[in-house]
Amino acid sequence: MHNQIYYEDVAVGNEITSLTKHPTTRQLVKWAGASTDYAEIHYDKDWAISKRLPSQIVHGQLATSFVCQMITDWIGSDGDLKKIFCAYRGMNLPGETILCKGQVTRKYIENGVKYIECQAWAENPRKEKTVQANATVTLPSKTR
Amino acid sequence: MKDKSPVIEKLRSRIGKDEFTTVYEIEKGTIRRMNYAVGDANPLWDDEAFAKKHRFGSIIASPPLMIALGWDEFEAQFQKFMPYTAGVHGSTEIELYKPVRPGDTITIKCKLIDVYEKEGKVFGNMAFLVFERVYTNQKNEVVAKCRQTQISFPSREEQNA
Repeated sequence: MHNQIYYEDVAVGNEITSLTKHPTTRQLVKWAGASTDYAEIHYDKDWAISKRLPSQIVHGQLATSFVCQMITDWIGSDGDLKKIFCAYRGMNLPGETILCKGQVTRKYIENGVKYIECQAWAENPRKEKTVQANATVTLPSKTR
Repeated sequence: MKDKSPVIEKLRSRIGKDEFTTVYEIEKGTIRRMNYAVGDANPLWDDEAFAKKHRFGSIIASPPLMIALGWDEFEAQFQKFMPYTAGVHGSTEIELYKPVRPGDTITIKCKLIDVYEKEGKVFGNMAFLVFERVYTNQKNEVVAKCRQTQISFPSREEQNA
């Protein structure tokens, strides 16, 4: 978690504070239990290989969760994540880092609410953007 | 591009039909287990003392939990729509309207809302199925909407058959 940011402090082009995660096969099992996504390709190596995957793969929605965490850490407890779209474009493997990054693309006020739009992504060590996201958040204002 | 595939036309006839409903009771443990799985200790969903004094009055479900809620039931149902045996998850889109707290009962109504087709060099005919899940709480307030796109395509065995 970071210090609270405010709408006035954010400009288009600003980078979101990046987040690095190190998913292990144990984390994929924890995720399976928490999410109820029990697909074998995420924990059964023989099964994954039989489906022509290199090994078990990270759940797309776990990588999405990391992107969400990067954003919710950045916006602080007075900000809200209102909407996020994530496209799954590549694979992440347990034992490899996932680097989440993003930047602000738009800021606007609508009905008195202060919105920030950003693009965000998760990268594997081969610099492939495995999750590509667009998100809308609201931020508090320094003024009333 | 006009969809000519009879597989797609048959799926299109199911748009808006065969809605399925599932109900979930949200507990502190449900929320915490997801925080632990993601490795996210954001006080909004993980620190009761903080959250009690903050604007929501209690810990709330994190965005990852909202996305994943009831996945096993959702998967069991959407698999019945898949025309081919191989598949991948295409995309997730969620809109979050209201906080979800321990003690809330969330009802998710899900239906197929769109189907389209793309020709891929590797996978051949790929069918894209878009499902919309509408989440309401016990006060009948819509707390979130999530659109999940699942991609179905022939396995190598199906292609070679």
